Amino acid sequence: MATIHVDGNAYDVDGSNNLLHACLSLGLDIPYFCWHPAMGSVGACRQCAVKQYKDENDTQGKIVMSCMTPAADNSWIAIDDADARDFRARVVEWLMTYHPHDCPVCAEGGHCHLQDMTVMTGHTQRRYRFTKRTHRNQYLGPFIAHEMNRCINCYRCVRFYNDYAGGTDLGVFGMNNNLYFGRHEEGTLESPFAGNLTEVCPTGVFTDKTHTRHYTRKWDLQYAPSVCHQCAVGCNTSPGERYGSVRRIENRYNGELNGYFLCDRGRFGYDYVNRDDRPRQPEWRSETQSEWHDTDAGVTLLDVDPALDRGADLLRSTRRIIGIGSPRASLESNHQLMALVGKDNFSTGIAAAEQACLERMAEIDADGVLTTPTPREIESHDAVLVLGEDLMHSAARLALSVRQAALGRRDALAEERDIPVWNAEAVKTLAQDSYHPLYIAYPTATGLDDISASHLRLAPDDIARLGFAIAHELDTDAPAVPELDATTRTHASAVADTLLAAERPLVISGGSLASTAILDATASIARALGRKRANRREKRGGLLLIRREANSTGLGLMGGQPLEWALDAVTHGHADALVVLENDLFDRLPEAAVEKALDATRALIVLDHQRTRTWQRATLGLPAASFAETDGTLVNLEGRAQRFYQVYDPRYLHPECRIHPSWRWLDTLRTSLERQPQDALTFEQAMDDCARAHPALGGMLSAADTADLPAGIELARMPHRYSGRTSMRANIAVSELRVPEDPDTPFIFSMEGYSGFDRPRQNVPFAWAPGWNSPQAWNKFTDVVGGHLQGGDPGARVAGASGPALGDYPAADAIPATFTPRNDHWQLWVLPRLFGGEATSARAEAVVERIEAPALGLGEHDAQALQATDGTTLTLDAGGLQRRLALRVDTSLPGGIVTLPAGVFPEAASGRWVQLRKEEG
Amino acid sequence: MTDSFYDAANAASPIATDGDGFTLHTDDHRAMREVREHYEQPQAACIEALKIVQKRHGWVPDGAIAAIAETLGVGPASVEGVATFYSLIFRQPVGRHVILLCDSSSCFLTGFDALSDALSQRLGIGFGETTADNRFTLLPACCLGACDRGPAMMIGDDTFGPIAPDDLDELLEAYP
Amino acid sequence: MTAIPANSRLRYKSQLRQSDDERHENTHPLTWRLHDDGARIGLDEYQQKNGYVGAQNALNMDPADVIDAMKTANVRGRGGGGFSAGVKWSLTQVGDNLPRGYVVCNADEMEPGTFKDRLLMEQQPHLLIEGMIIAGHANRSKYGYIFLRGEYVDAARSLALAIEEAREAGLLGGSVAGSGFDFDIALHTGAGRYICGEETALINSLEGKRANPRAKPPFPGQSGAWGKPTVVNNVETLCNAPAVMQHGADWYQGLSGSLSNDGGTKLYGVSGLVQRPGLWELPIGTTGWDILERAGGMREGHTLKTWLPGGGSTGFLLPEHLELALDFDTVGQYGSRLGTGLLTVVSHRQSLIALLRNLEQFFARESCGWCTPCRDGLPWATKLLQAIEHGEGRPGDIELLQEHAKNIGPGLTFCAHAPGAAMPLESAIRHFRADFEAGIAASHNVVGNNTVGNKEVS
Ligand SMILES: Cc1cc2nc3c(=O)[nH]c(=O)nc-3n(C[C@H](O)[C@H](O)[C@H](O)COP(=O)(O)O)c2cc1C
Ligand code: SF4
Ligand code: FES
Repeated sequence: MATIHVDGNAYDVDGSNNLLHACLSLGLDIPYFCWHPAMGSVGACRQCAVKQYKDENDTQGKIVMSCMTPAADNSWIAIDDADARDFRARVVEWLMTYHPHDCPVCAEGGHCHLQDMTVMTGHTQRRYRFTKRTHRNQYLGPFIAHEMNRCINCYRCVRFYNDYAGGTDLGVFGMNNNLYFGRHEEGTLESPFAGNLTEVCPTGVFTDKTHTRHYTRKWDLQYAPSVCHQCAVGCNTSPGERYGSVRRIENRYNGELNGYFLCDRGRFGYDYVNRDDRPRQPEWRSETQSEWHDTDAGVTLLDVDPALDRGADLLRSTRRIIGIGSPRASLESNHQLMALVGKDNFSTGIAAAEQACLERMAEIDADGVLTTPTPREIESHDAVLVLGEDLMHSAARLALSVRQAALGRRDALAEERDIPVWNAEAVKTLAQDSYHPLYIAYPTATGLDDISASHLRLAPDDIARLGFAIAHELDTDAPAVPELDATTRTHASAVADTLLAAERPLVISGGSLASTAILDATASIARALGRKRANRREKRGGLLLIRREANSTGLGLMGGQPLEWALDAVTHGHADALVVLENDLFDRLPEAAVEKALDATRALIVLDHQRTRTWQRATLGLPAASFAETDGTLVNLEGRAQRFYQVYDPRYLHPECRIHPSWRWLDTLRTSLERQPQDALTFEQAMDDCARAHPALGGMLSAADTADLPAGIELARMPHRYSGRTSMRANIAVSELRVPEDPDTPFIFSMEGYSGFDRPRQNVPFAWAPGWNSPQAWNKFTDVVGGHLQGGDPGARVAGASGPALGDYPAADAIPATFTPRNDHWQLWVLPRLFGGEATSARAEAVVERIEAPALGLGEHDAQALQATDGTTLTLDAGGLQRRLALRVDTSLPGGIVTLPAGVFPEAASGRWVQLRKEEG
Repeated sequence: MTDSFYDAANAASPIATDGDGFTLHTDDHRAMREVREHYEQPQAACIEALKIVQKRHGWVPDGAIAAIAETLGVGPASVEGVATFYSLIFRQPVGRHVILLCDSSSCFLTGFDALSDALSQRLGIGFGETTADNRFTLLPACCLGACDRGPAMMIGDDTFGPIAPDDLDELLEAYP
Repeated sequence: MTAIPANSRLRYKSQLRQSDDERHENTHPLTWRLHDDGARIGLDEYQQKNGYVGAQNALNMDPADVIDAMKTANVRGRGGGGFSAGVKWSLTQVGDNLPRGYVVCNADEMEPGTFKDRLLMEQQPHLLIEGMIIAGHANRSKYGYIFLRGEYVDAARSLALAIEEAREAGLLGGSVAGSGFDFDIALHTGAGRYICGEETALINSLEGKRANPRAKPPFPGQSGAWGKPTVVNNVETLCNAPAVMQHGADWYQGLSGSLSNDGGTKLYGVSGLVQRPGLWELPIGTTGWDILERAGGMREGHTLKTWLPGGGSTGFLLPEHLELALDFDTVGQYGSRLGTGLLTVVSHRQSLIALLRNLEQFFARESCGWCTPCRDGLPWATKLLQAIEHGEGRPGDIELLQEHAKNIGPGLTFCAHAPGAAMPLESAIRHFRADFEAGIAASHNVVGNNTVGNKEVS
């Protein structure tokens, strides 16, 4: 703690900060550009100048950059000082000399940090009368637009992209006032975190291209606090809607989770919500295909009540109904499905191999030898072991967190040399390439190899063996690995030594390779670490297990049978009806098996917001709300239950559409089926039902925080400058419609509610504060800048390791034998991939452009043996099922293995032995 | 067990990049890796690597950026960032002889304007341009440290001064 | 086609304007060994003339005593800053748990009007190597770099050869001269850009990065090249160390006698329209008159209007200031700096505005582009000066220029580059306001005139 005196007032602040950080945390306004709470100070822009005095008697003082000056105890400064004010006004004036003043056509306008700062400093008159230099722009891929002429040279983009996120293809070129921030050559920005440039850039150089295609100013967007549905990390987002479509996704600050940054799958993968081919009305598909011809052959569009009637009739005529849930749907929707079909008839909709992994992970977590860190906590671990995951593809945001953990070594070194950790360039140059140790074992190269102490490219069985060997090196009570070769032992012992010596070791593993052996090995390491570090209590270490989908963890806690069980049941006549919730079965299991089951199904009811192959087989299709159109709760991979809120009511502007939340469809379907009176289920009830039915999920109720507001005040979804609300429906009816009711949340579909920052709350739809229109406004909502939301960070842990239980080691027979390649056969591994590896985002227009053509990966020698090179077409033969794909020689891959990206060929399950043939001719 | 546990940057395969068909000469590749040994980190060899390419090609072609990045194990954007920062690294083709004409204060006070005009007129080019016959490229230079004999200039590696407009014939003729 | 002969009058050769019989071991520590014809001094000759004796002495001393001697001798930084070399060396962090760092010689000489370091490197490279060995020992460095500007081709050849000679003679490498101290030197040649002379930008450049300066603190002595403790000194500064070590601090202090508190001699020089521009080694504290006199005074038909005492980043002085002792403290009291101590003289017949525009254009072009005042302020100032130069200035332009001079000053920018540009700008307006006013065209302020100029200034 330190006392600083600002403009005559004394404040207690954290003395290890710099003055800018400290003042912003106090809620005082100092303009700045180059500084960023997650990236520290570099003193480049000179915008944050204040006057500093030696002591209370000094009347002269001198101008200093607040970002480069420690908030030392007994500092005396003035923000409101004539010289400092004048200098700050000059800085913006200089920055604007070459700015094109093109705000009206700029996608940043309205949430532009440069606009905010220009106003804040009072630069209102242009005195520069000479020519401006101009730049040509680059094509940077489908996500990000480039307009270099707006650049104010704050260097934030390159500092984020390279220093923070580890990119190598964005740079600063030229010098003096002829700087250029862009790629070394035109082309798609490679980093999966490039999208953050749109928020990191304080002006309109890097803007969201998916947004500009249907551009709307920030103040005209309607927002709700949301949770990204594109992977299991569950980053918090602020989707913005206008005229019934989602226009963009912005980061929603969560101090424990995503902080200021998202990955590009999450940011740009939303467009599936806006697809033209989305089901918007119930569809009835007649068996004879000839009765009704309203739209597609045999498909009739129905209204809600007839749809429910027919659905109920249909189900009534069947013997046994199986419900197939979904790891991409909310807990509430899954629970309502379970309530409809009964617990014994509920399937998670997850394939058995994956479910086995999920169950194993839940056991390991429940065992709780090591604690599950939050993503923010990941950053403070000083040794990390990653077994069988390529985080860049399976949980991208966490790859960014692990990178910060490795970079944390710099801070440690800086502290030893009395260099404050916020002095970003100094910390970087001091430490150069020193990182905290990061060990990775994966079949091929991963996105974190560049900062790893070492990375092994191993067959999954060998990854498991390495893991067991590490456990044994940690604790000889752990089973020894039979026939362990010397190299693996050396590596294992090096890793074990590092994990033991670390202050806070972290083990990361997961289900990406669908290998329970790897998870068993992970459990073994966790146990061994726990025992060896038993006296360190909370510092025993962390354990984080990666799941695949937004609600995989939640479904794991809810329980249910694997998808194969459900298909078997209908195929073998044990059941004749299926209700499928937001799940495309063809994505999960071999086509033949799915076809066979669906053929045997008498009644197929599908609820989805996407026109999937499964939807197209449905007798009755019920158009479900996407994440943007309803509320729900998801449990992310750290066991955090998080609530997402409805952004907009699709029926407000499109009264003809009949989109409803799945949980509500399912409830009404059940009451129709049971001929009960229909009382519209509120979300609150759906949540309660779910929590009550599943004790493991009891904690989910606290995920929904309400702000401490006076009675009668609701929370606004729209900024108060929102224009046209009362007239945007005029094409439908001239009378002004009432704002749609929202019985489910404390939010109102209007600007007429609270949107401030002075009453602490967790779920903030959009960040705005007077004078702060840009994403920098989040700084007003946090306790200290870069800290936690004033109302606490959203979400409540319902699972995740925490307890001190110390059970037994997995049995020695869990250790697989050394992987040995086979003649003419290859073991197939399906590898997660960021773009294209997740079903819904893969349907978003911009993401489609980023999906690489699928290819088979084969090591160099194996490719040679097949006389194949890059691009050669190979036939993959998976037990009779054949698929032709191009080859990509992957020099990192060990022999005997062939890889396939996720989302290409569901027939191909990981671990299976397949044959490969080169096409003749 | 594969042997890639430690960084793979040691693979010494000759680097060829497609792009503009640039191929890094094996001697240059070796030279770069030798220079790298003088410093704690590979990035430090970046400027010398650019000079090595420039020595062979006269300038640094686009493809060289990726080739150097790969050779040193650094990012291509950082190599380009360095290449475009320094005035003696040419990212555009230059003539056979580069003329560096000092335009700093002492030369400015001792006849820079007249010399510069004469040179431009004689060569038919301005600063930053190359003669049509590809013989000379004219560039301004920071104080060449020859202020006691200004106006000064360099042609290639040779420094001259003081140069009067009348000396230009004799001087330029020595650089075919 | 005829190649230009080596001895052609057109070829530039670095030369001292003092002849053999003027220079003596006990008065001219930097240049007494040099030949009138400028021939390079190789290792043999250097050693015959007491070369490496200072280094031998230093290697036999405790590093702390070497530093004390440098402090007592008051060798002040000849790169322009005038910071005491001894004090700088005492700030290098050394200790058991700290890595051994680097000595970096700043041989980036690019300050407009400065041509001194090249003389030493081309003609007497071993003096620098000896100085670096002394600095290396004093700072317990493991390695030395000479950061030489890329254009100094002759100096590069001379230094490379000298490093080779020294290595062969056991003066570099493992156990220097049998002392047990390991130290070697590499020659690093630059690729242009004035900003590389700024010591932290130089370190970034040495690391193969863009030459943006670094924040201070931490100072290089704390965290320099690759985060290791690093000492950066100018060529001339390092070249003074051998004499201090050979003859002692008091002897060195005595060289400047009563002229100055600073110790030793200085390479002074003059450029501009004088009779005999050139370089002289003189006791530090010699007056401008004395030096200008050695240069034979102004050329026929020219009288002195103003002068820069030590390069483009120093402030303009008036003829009356010629009587000042040219040392760091004295010049600093008159709104200028000693800088590199090489005078640039301006004749009454030359346009001060044009010269100032030339200087500011130089600084604008050589701005590294990191901080706003320098990157965006200097081009604006340059354009204003260009407008005034062409008689297109407008009322208010002088005030705008003054505003710039004030707002790019020390402390407001990230490094000393922009303050270096501020000094000539501020002093020129202070001394010669009338010259500026002559370039202001009053008619321009009339409503309806084009408010946006269309002349691009690069
Ligand atoms: C823009 C700028 C350019 C500089 N250029 C040089 C230079 O070319 N040579 C030099 O020795 N010092 C130069 N300096 C000074 C160095 O930063 C540094 O003070 C010096 O190398 C320290 O050595 P010294 O103490 O021996 O003088 C420059 C400083 C600045 C701000
Ligand atoms: S003053 Fe700023 S922009 Fe100028 S050279 Fe120094 S750091 Fe670079
Ligand atoms: S924010 Fe302090 S200098 Fe940029």
